[in-house]
Amino acid sequence: MVKLKKLSEPTPETLGPLVMSEMTSERPTTSLAAPVVGTDRSSLSADEMRNLRQKVSAQGVDFFYGSNQALHNVSLDMPENLVTALIGPSGCGKSTFLRCLNRMNDMIDDTIVRGDILLDGVDIYKSRTDVVELRKRVGMVFQKSNPFPKSIYDNIAYGPRVAGVKQRGVLDEIVEKCLEQAALWDEVKDRLNDSALQLSGGQQQRLCIARALATFPDVLLMDEPASALDPKSTARIEDLIFELKNSYTIVIVTHNMQQAARVSDQTAFFYEGSLIEVGATTELFTRPTQQQTEEYITGRFG
Amino acid sequence: MSNSSPPVYRNSLAEHSNGRPLAKFASNAFAVACATCTIVCMATLVVLLWKIFQFGWGRVNLDFITSFPSSTAENAGIKSSLVGSLYLIGLTALFSVPLGVGTAIYLEEYCKPSRWRTFAQTNIANLAGVPSIVYGILGLGLFVRAMSLNRSLLAGALTLTLVILPIVILASQEALRAVPKTIRQASYALGATRWQTVWGQLLPASLPGILTGVILALSRALGEAAPLLAIGAATYTAFLPQDIVHDDFSVLPLQIYNWTDQPQEAFHQAAAAAIVVLLTVLICMNALAVFLRYRFSKRIQW
Repeated sequence: MVKLKKLSEPTPETLGPLVMSEMTSERPTTSLAAPVVGTDRSSLSADEMRNLRQKVSAQGVDFFYGSNQALHNVSLDMPENLVTALIGPSGCGKSTFLRCLNRMNDMIDDTIVRGDILLDGVDIYKSRTDVVELRKRVGMVFQKSNPFPKSIYDNIAYGPRVAGVKQRGVLDEIVEKCLEQAALWDEVKDRLNDSALQLSGGQQQRLCIARALATFPDVLLMDEPASALDPKSTARIEDLIFELKNSYTIVIVTHNMQQAARVSDQTAFFYEGSLIEVGATTELFTRPTQQQTEEYITGRFG
Repeated sequence: MSNSSPPVYRNSLAEHSNGRPLAKFASNAFAVACATCTIVCMATLVVLLWKIFQFGWGRVNLDFITSFPSSTAENAGIKSSLVGSLYLIGLTALFSVPLGVGTAIYLEEYCKPSRWRTFAQTNIANLAGVPSIVYGILGLGLFVRAMSLNRSLLAGALTLTLVILPIVILASQEALRAVPKTIRQASYALGATRWQTVWGQLLPASLPGILTGVILALSRALGEAAPLLAIGAATYTAFLPQDIVHDDFSVLPLQIYNWTDQPQEAFHQAAAAAIVVLLTVLICMNALAVFLRYRFSKRIQW
């Protein structure tokens, strides 16, 4: 049942030239030009993506906070084992859309969802959907790292434990594998019983990613996972996303267009609750078809 | 006046503060007034304690604690009332903690915002301000008469539970509310049920706050005399209560009340000694609250 794969160490080839350069230098400040996308990295065209298996598929999704409509008829397919980036200015609905995918919006009172969201072809908003089961399959990493005020070990083990795993040996194995996957094992293996709150901000966020992996999800949702981190920690998280996409379907919300350009295969641009444009990242950033998209990615607004 | 523009701005600001000498005076005067308030409170407390200790300290010894009350002041002790107080507090804790914490969890975690919740919340806040004698009269009618519990420990404990329940509920709600929303989100996003989130995350995280609230509420119950007088608890018992449903009981505040009512000076001295013992028990309980808070919150720093 353990479907975790041992991932190879990142090499310049797998990361692409852009990512490597970003690891050592400061993030370039936004200028009036579209972010550069590494040209020599293997990328799929929009047509090729359309032919892939669609892991998550949103069809005509409307979302309301009370009487305030936050999403207007959003249809978006997210192919399996690829990274989909959701970009757009603040308040454009990208985070709302992300939270629809694991029904975290259910926790907010007085919200309405219309339309279909299919996970492996099954509508997750059907009345018979087990939300608890859904959230085990669709993991989530939040903008602000939010480790539990418990030990590092207990943070990772919490997900499996609530799912009913009790044997210490199995838990040990999961904790080690998830921490390794999140590139945190070497830093914390000698202090698994220390409080998670003693870790640095970047380590805490990687711990949260490891924690999300511990329930063996198929899909990983990330809500601006690096927005509160320094450039070095951000680069580590981005490397991590690059590695994880071999085993997971990743949907990431980001304010940082360079980040979207670096890590994602597909990019969706949201504006005022509508999906304006979606396409292969390489295409969307080099040849946007909509004027709003072009203005946004070149930094003219947002 | 210099010839560059910034000094002009600085001068104008300086004139402003020079033009308001009153502001500085008012600030100092306020600090003095606040300090005076503190000194008055402290002085009152010190004088009170000093007088009591001076008067009663001579009577505090092992005999005093291990003797039953007597009609001769020199032989009188507090054995029955001290034991009665401890029994009563234990029983009150037994009833008020599960009821109070359960109510707080329901209101905070399960109950959706609604008119019913607002109604319950307002009433609990109001009940916290109801004079304890009123609960005593309710206890007399409900527990002593209607439920035929007579003047037993059980009737007393249930009455005191009514007195402190609002405080326990409000303190527990406050403690639960202090747990960041992000912890709940993280737990739900990992596929935890509401019950698992409450039991695995929220209760451990809010335990220090809940314990502090509970112990302070119990301290109040320990000092209550009025509601127990109202239900007709004995002010004089020369035996230990053997069971909680039938036997009469007395408590320290009632014993103190009884002794201060006597004409002989020696009884007043016994009352002062009993106050010293009561204060000691109270201080022990508060110290326990501080200790528990420290112990459990060491690992929890947001």
